[in-house]
Amino acid sequence: MNAITKRPESLLDVTMHYCPGCGHSVAHRLIAETMDELKIRERTVVVAPVGCAVFADKYFNCDSIQGPHGRGPAIATGIKRAKPDSIVFSYQGDGDLASIGMAEIVHAAARGENITVIFINNAIYGMTGGQMAPTTLVGQTATTAPKGRNPLLQGFPMNISEMLSKLESPRYIERVSVDSAPNVIKAKKAIKKAFENQVNKIGFSFVEVLSICPTNWGVTPLKGLDFLREKMMPQYPLGVFKDEKESVAQKIQEGK
Amino acid sequence: MPKIEVDEMRCKGCQLCTKACPKQCIEMSDTFSKTGYYPAKLAKQDCCIGCAMCYQVCPDLAITVFK
Repeated sequence: MNAITKRPESLLDVTMHYCPGCGHSVAHRLIAETMDELKIRERTVVVAPVGCAVFADKYFNCDSIQGPHGRGPAIATGIKRAKPDSIVFSYQGDGDLASIGMAEIVHAAARGENITVIFINNAIYGMTGGQMAPTTLVGQTATTAPKGRNPLLQGFPMNISEMLSKLESPRYIERVSVDSAPNVIKAKKAIKKAFENQVNKIGFSFVEVLSICPTNWGVTPLKGLDFLREKMMPQYPLGVFKDEKESVAQKIQEGK
Repeated sequence: MPKIEVDEMRCKGCQLCTKACPKQCIEMSDTFSKTGYYPAKLAKQDCCIGCAMCYQVCPDLAITVFK
């Protein structure tokens, strides 16, 4: 009898600090498996965010840098331009990317940097204790919205994938979820494609991963799954929003 | 016969694997692990089909599937 599953080499053999049920660690595993399969571990650089994944550099067995709040795509741009052979990905949560880092992600996408961005969307601020994020759903309670998000006061949630897909330069944008085994396998395909695009110099790739945050939602992990499927998925539908086969440079050359 | 092994030092008792298992083979242990959680365990022998669905959803990579 042989083990058919094994810990990816690109993931260090340590226990992660995430809460029980957290989707961050599943996303970590998928990225690590992708690095193993594409054999890019030696030249990969992870840009860790401020947020729950701030210790991502302690888990990925590759080079890393931990940037100021929200500035992941700007740092990734610098690394990629200085060392074009490296594979750079920015790993960010929704407080980091959609709130304070909104300018950086939009401009990195608009410039069409050849980087990969993995965006974990759990509709709340995790590390700081459950404050309202730009992605918090209407009616969802948070410590800074105890009666639930009111669209008249705080506006509606932001759909980052849809927003970025309206830009010209991004090459690949998909929203996936890690709530069930089939969706995890689909998420793996999306993450792998996002890295392959960078290896093949296609351009900016962005994967939004819907995840549960049982601790800050105040539910058990299993109830969190129900919340994700019933409340989050209607607001954040899964799917591919942009998938271009050619890089921007190829398109300009062909005069399209 | 396929089976799973749960690393009790890694399992945080989130129960996601119990829902993911198509044969409902996985249950939570009723004793604490050293880390202070109720870890998952393979409840019934000869039940596991080695589909690795539990491995896919396990956030802590605590499950190893043998086939």
